[in-house]
Amino acid sequence: MATLKELAARPNPLAPGHRTCAGCTAPLVVRQVLMATKDPVVVGVATGCLEVTTSIYPYTSWNVPFIHNAFENVAATVSGAEAAYQSFKRQGKMTKEVRFVAFGGDGGTYDIGLQSLSGAMERGHDMLYVCYDNGAYMNTGIQRSGATPMGAHTTTAPAGKVSEGKTQRRKNLAEIMVAHGIPYVAQATATNWRDLNQKAEKAFSIRGPKFLVVLAPCTVGWGYEPEDAVQISKLAVETCFWPLFEVEDGKYKINYVPKEKLPIQEFLKPQVRFKHLFRGDHAATLAAMQKEVDDNWARLQARAAAGV
Amino acid sequence: MVQTKPAALTGNEAMAEAMRQINPDVVAAYPITPQTEIVQIFADFAANGKVKTQFVQVESEHSALSAVVGAAASGARAMTATSSNGLAYMWEILYIASSLRLPVVMPVINRTLSGNINIHCDHSDTMGARDAGWIQIYCEDAQEAYDSMIMAVRIAERARLPVMVMTDGFIISHCMTDMALYPDEAVRAFVGEFKPRYSLFDLDHPISVGPIDLPDWYMEHKEQQSLAMGASKPIVLEAQKAFAQDFGRKDYGLFDAYRLDDAEYAMVVIGSTAGTARPVVDALRAQGRKVGLLRPRLFRPFPAADWANALSGKKGIVAMDRSDSLADFGGPVAQHLRAALYDAPFRPPMMNLIYGLGGREIQPEEIRQIFENLFRHVETGASPRSTSGYWGVREWPVKE
Repeated sequence: MATLKELAARPNPLAPGHRTCAGCTAPLVVRQVLMATKDPVVVGVATGCLEVTTSIYPYTSWNVPFIHNAFENVAATVSGAEAAYQSFKRQGKMTKEVRFVAFGGDGGTYDIGLQSLSGAMERGHDMLYVCYDNGAYMNTGIQRSGATPMGAHTTTAPAGKVSEGKTQRRKNLAEIMVAHGIPYVAQATATNWRDLNQKAEKAFSIRGPKFLVVLAPCTVGWGYEPEDAVQISKLAVETCFWPLFEVEDGKYKINYVPKEKLPIQEFLKPQVRFKHLFRGDHAATLAAMQKEVDDNWARLQARAAAGV
Repeated sequence: MVQTKPAALTGNEAMAEAMRQINPDVVAAYPITPQTEIVQIFADFAANGKVKTQFVQVESEHSALSAVVGAAASGARAMTATSSNGLAYMWEILYIASSLRLPVVMPVINRTLSGNINIHCDHSDTMGARDAGWIQIYCEDAQEAYDSMIMAVRIAERARLPVMVMTDGFIISHCMTDMALYPDEAVRAFVGEFKPRYSLFDLDHPISVGPIDLPDWYMEHKEQQSLAMGASKPIVLEAQKAFAQDFGRKDYGLFDAYRLDDAEYAMVVIGSTAGTARPVVDALRAQGRKVGLLRPRLFRPFPAADWANALSGKKGIVAMDRSDSLADFGGPVAQHLRAALYDAPFRPPMMNLIYGLGGREIQPEEIRQIFENLFRHVETGASPRSTSGYWGVREWPVKE
């Protein structure tokens, strides 16, 4: 594990001057993940915020080889690049070790890109897929996705007189990936650099398909001040809305247990997308949200305790 | 000139054999009838070490072409194959592959698009994809498909555009025919090594592929793509000429003209139906009717002036379409023919028939009837139902 000083000295894969919003955490994910390997990387990015803000022709922020193909197919695209690499290696045309990384948002991963991701993981390509999860289609203007938490206001599942926002639970993507039987799955946040960097480093050390899902707060879609991203991430972890854990060869390990698990409201209150839940009576929905968090946390703890 | 080896192969076997000889770095493919055999045969080659190819068994056609894009952008010679709904499913990526100027070669076994679901031959799949920026080559038989696959690699890599090579589903893909195969070394010498201009694997000179291209630059890039399509025609002709010389075959040309030069009446028909029509042309010629045939081969880029030169001044033409634009304006072959002839000194009267959809067979006797209708249409001005619209369908209401 590199120290902060060592990390800071590594070449920056993503040049400054890109056009993400102030307070956006997606570039943090990219930097911290890619700085975790000293090997050359080839990066694929799905259509989304990260792509449109870092590759505006005739400029590019990418100091590493970069490919964007479409929205739903970054896993397939990178799997093709990795296949080319395997082919060249076998033919003796390439000798260098190269790491393959795909970045997708939650829309491009949980929803439209799930098939492509599932296929690539099942086929066992030597690649790391990183989902930066901001819980909605932020690039197109905050539409609901399979990652949007229950109760959140989005432009396609808005809170209104007869609606409390999204009424369904979010998908548990990490578990879906664990079910693929791949060697490494982990959940992290964009702002806990040590945890994320460690997980990325571990992922890069393993051959085969790896998957990271990283909570990436979005100042626009969540509604918080740009300087509060770290605090919001912390609350997601302290409430166990977003536990930090990893699954190595099917074995669950919780990386951080809050000293005192905070109620879900602590995570919800600072965010504009949940503010309707604190006007009038929404006790039932808040209770359902708390139950979802508690259930997931209990299940995770049980799995970690059982060592399976 | 190379020593050829006689063989009896189906169209799919012939195309898979070409792929083995080309020996691409990456093949990513998904099964779909009637193309499945190509994937199976190629999988067998890979499983038995007969190719150096990294064979990726993707979970869909969308991922097949997506992976091929990733591989080609990495400097690999990459291929896939598909049919029908599979082509429709990769539609989005067709445009991306061509916009990224990736020299992908893809056999497409023509099959009708659903719905209703029907697995048999027509050209609705690739005709719909005609504006996706791919060079399109339609073949008549297994030999031409085999030859065209080999030529397509050279064409794609020199034009830096993707190429689809078509054969008629089942009629060609599944029917065995006698043909000539070439030695592996000759094929490999003809296609040569792929030397990409750019690659993701040029690690010391990182490139960004597929950036967002906003209104201030998008049109310049589209124009370059359009110019590249235009510039690919001489590349196609060069490849065909070189192929003819190296392999001792005929120079395929932009289209196949059969007894067309002095013909008064002409049929324009793509694919295997040309084989059905040729003996009919001979029979009508024997009866004193000067008829001929134009079988389009290169459909993208569209050789408009060449079509017009070949057909201007004819007494009458029938354009045969194995797909319908559903535009109430004829099929794509007829639409292109009309457009091509607009600037011709003499624009012949034209019939347009939609035939053979969903694998509906067409017999030599029907081809003869179509020619007879064309004569009558031109000579008497009569325009019965059979001079335009759907050929060989039941009259409504159906009495059976």
